[in-house]
Amino acid sequence: MDLAINNGKIVEKINENKAKVIDASGMIVMPGGVDIHCHIAGADVNTGRLLRPEDHFRDVEAKTAITRSGVGHSIPSTFTTGYRYSRMGYTTLMNPSMPPLEARHTHEELEDTPMVDKATYPLLGDWWFVLEHLRDGLIEECAAHVAWMMAATRGYAIKLVNPGGLEAWGFGSNVKDLDDSVPHFNITPREIIRGLCKVNKLLNMPHTIHVHTNNLGKPGNYVTAIETMKCVEDLAEENRPNIHITHCQFSAFKGSDWQTMSSGAEEIAKYVNHHNHVTLDMGQVIFTDTTTMTADGPFQYGLYQLTGNKWINHDVETETSGGIVPFRYRRKSAVNAIQWSIGLELALLIENPWKIYLTTDHPNGGPFTSYPTIITWLMSQVARKKTISKIHKRARRKSLLTSIEREFSFYEIAIVTRAGQAKALGLTQKGQLGVGADADVAIYNVNPELVDPSKKYKKVRRAFKRAAYTIKGGEIVVKDGEIVKPVSGKTFWVDVKTSLPLEVNDDLKRKFREYWTVEYENYPLRKGFLHNPAPISIKAEV
Amino acid sequence: MFILHPKRLFKVPVEAENIGPDVFDEKSANEIAMLQVWEGKRKRRLDELFRIEHKTANASEKTTIRISGDVSKIRRIGTKMSMGKIIIDGNVGMHLGEEMEGGVITVTGNAGSWVGGMMKGGTIGIKGDAGDYVGAAYRGSTKGMSGGTIIVHGNAGNEVGCFMRNGLIKVYGNVGQFAGIHMGKGTIFVQGNSEGRAGAQMRKGKIVICGNIPSILPTFTVESIKPKVKIDEEKVIGSFYMFVGDRAEGGEGKLYVSQKQNQHLSFYEEYL
Repeated sequence: MDLAINNGKIVEKINENKAKVIDASGMIVMPGGVDIHCHIAGADVNTGRLLRPEDHFRDVEAKTAITRSGVGHSIPSTFTTGYRYSRMGYTTLMNPSMPPLEARHTHEELEDTPMVDKATYPLLGDWWFVLEHLRDGLIEECAAHVAWMMAATRGYAIKLVNPGGLEAWGFGSNVKDLDDSVPHFNITPREIIRGLCKVNKLLNMPHTIHVHTNNLGKPGNYVTAIETMKCVEDLAEENRPNIHITHCQFSAFKGSDWQTMSSGAEEIAKYVNHHNHVTLDMGQVIFTDTTTMTADGPFQYGLYQLTGNKWINHDVETETSGGIVPFRYRRKSAVNAIQWSIGLELALLIENPWKIYLTTDHPNGGPFTSYPTIITWLMSQVARKKTISKIHKRARRKSLLTSIEREFSFYEIAIVTRAGQAKALGLTQKGQLGVGADADVAIYNVNPELVDPSKKYKKVRRAFKRAAYTIKGGEIVVKDGEIVKPVSGKTFWVDVKTSLPLEVNDDLKRKFREYWTVEYENYPLRKGFLHNPAPISIKAEV
Repeated sequence: MFILHPKRLFKVPVEAENIGPDVFDEKSANEIAMLQVWEGKRKRRLDELFRIEHKTANASEKTTIRISGDVSKIRRIGTKMSMGKIIIDGNVGMHLGEEMEGGVITVTGNAGSWVGGMMKGGTIGIKGDAGDYVGAAYRGSTKGMSGGTIIVHGNAGNEVGCFMRNGLIKVYGNVGQFAGIHMGKGTIFVQGNSEGRAGAQMRKGKIVICGNIPSILPTFTVESIKPKVKIDEEKVIGSFYMFVGDRAEGGEGKLYVSQKQNQHLSFYEEYL
């Protein structure tokens, strides 16, 4: 079968005599990879870079004639991030958790991330205006405000991190469960999640709400994760997803403390297998030295107490919080090894690959450069067994992996690494190779008809590590795992068309003056701030 | 034996991790002359910076490198060396013997900062003074010196043995502030004075200060007075206050301070 590309798009056919021909016989051709959740830019990422000179010291990329130099194992510098993703055949990245106040910084870094198209999600789950509107039951006003925020920050989806908990963290506490009240706001996480889910629907956003659950990283939190999915069950329509639980591995712990901690993957998988309104991503853990960074300030504080490592914690005015702690996941630590097992259990126990996507929550579970290794774990029982034999004894005994025989096919890998993610994001041009799609193509040098991935997993890993070709927007940018042409990508953002013009009323302007360090006039990104914007126009129901 | 004579006084830093017995070993004089170093932003051959003299002496000196002259702008000499000997007749720049695993480095002059940073084994001897961060971890890292010996006959700067995990550092002169900061294990011996704050955040290990120290950190508790302290194989005689800390870290590190040189610390005796 031939694939014709013209003008950056996949087309029906093209004059073969004039076109450049790539012979991909005996190789796998996939759409360019899509990463639904990777922290690659913004205030938290950059602060993480500052915190960890030792992370850069060990991993240095020299400048070449066409690429720039860069450093970093777990948090590579922007250009290196783009190059490394592109070498693995990825072409679209989603940067989650952008504090709206840091929108400028985030977009500036994203523009410096070459080779890929990208977008970013503003954090709105603890945003004062959202909390106030939802408390007062003003869903439509809230929707109009969120639409304004999307334009003001050039955002792509609504991100919730520990909804309510981050606001409580501003006062030194946290929320315990979905029905715990947020101090000073008299609102519960359940109301925030349900409210924003309704807002998301009113605005016709391309992606669902993107939720980092409450109680993340605590034993017993799989109950909270299931409760979170349940709480928007009745809002779903026509089997379409309306909530995305991100890095689900961190929300799937069973047990009452770290000694009794075990996997809650089975329960979560059971729920997800019976409901169609949920999508997940793995948040797989890799045994390596990495840097954890989330907007979940209280969680990061807990992690600091656990490790005694250096740490950063930050309160972003009225918006959100943030924390960074370097962390090393160890095979011989029972907790870390169970975490490793949970991520894979989730992916393997959820029957429909369109519901769970491959991520490491880069860099929280491990750097994105380990995706090829995760692919081999998913495709090969032998590869899994090899790692299981090296992990902590208690984790090995408790792991469900030994009893799971499922091995992913290359088609399923294509779904969890691109097609599914693009579908969940509503990026119709990505994750597919039909006529009219963006010409983002990854070609891997492994023959699916000759190579049995469950046995020759090392060969598969090598192939996914260094794409034979990566084609971005119709141009060959990577050949044999090396960058041959640096290109810059687009930045997607959602341009919501509401029936009334998007504006902020005088009451909100007054609040800006009272509560923010930034004046309302200076807050939104001005027109022309993005050099290569790709607004997606949608019509809202308000 | 190879003798390197600097052809001129270097004005900008030279990154020379290629000067080391492991790199020179089994190479012909011609190959050594072609080794690459960076002078500022310029790539240089080794023979552009040095006149290289090759002496075929007895077998024991086969893996010896001698640098005669001032190389205080040259960094990373002896990086990751595992055997052989480097002798420097003069001053030397930063990062001497970084991540060194074995062998001997001797400097007759002064050395820059980061002497023996993250070293795992071997011996470094400095006749003159050393800069800051002797045997320390790289910035941000928690893995400092984990073995070997560093002996400084002159003074050393601040943060001697930062994040030290094992090994021995001896300073016969004075040290700056924060000797043994974040220390995990190992021994630091200071014959001269300390500028204070010794052992901050230490969890284990031993620091001995024979001279004056302005004060002890409040997170240390006094345990006893000892007549002598054992350092590696030898014993240092003279009464010492023994403090334990850093209690703020739940630390069990031992800080010995000379009683005779620190009369102002005598108020601690009432807590014994």
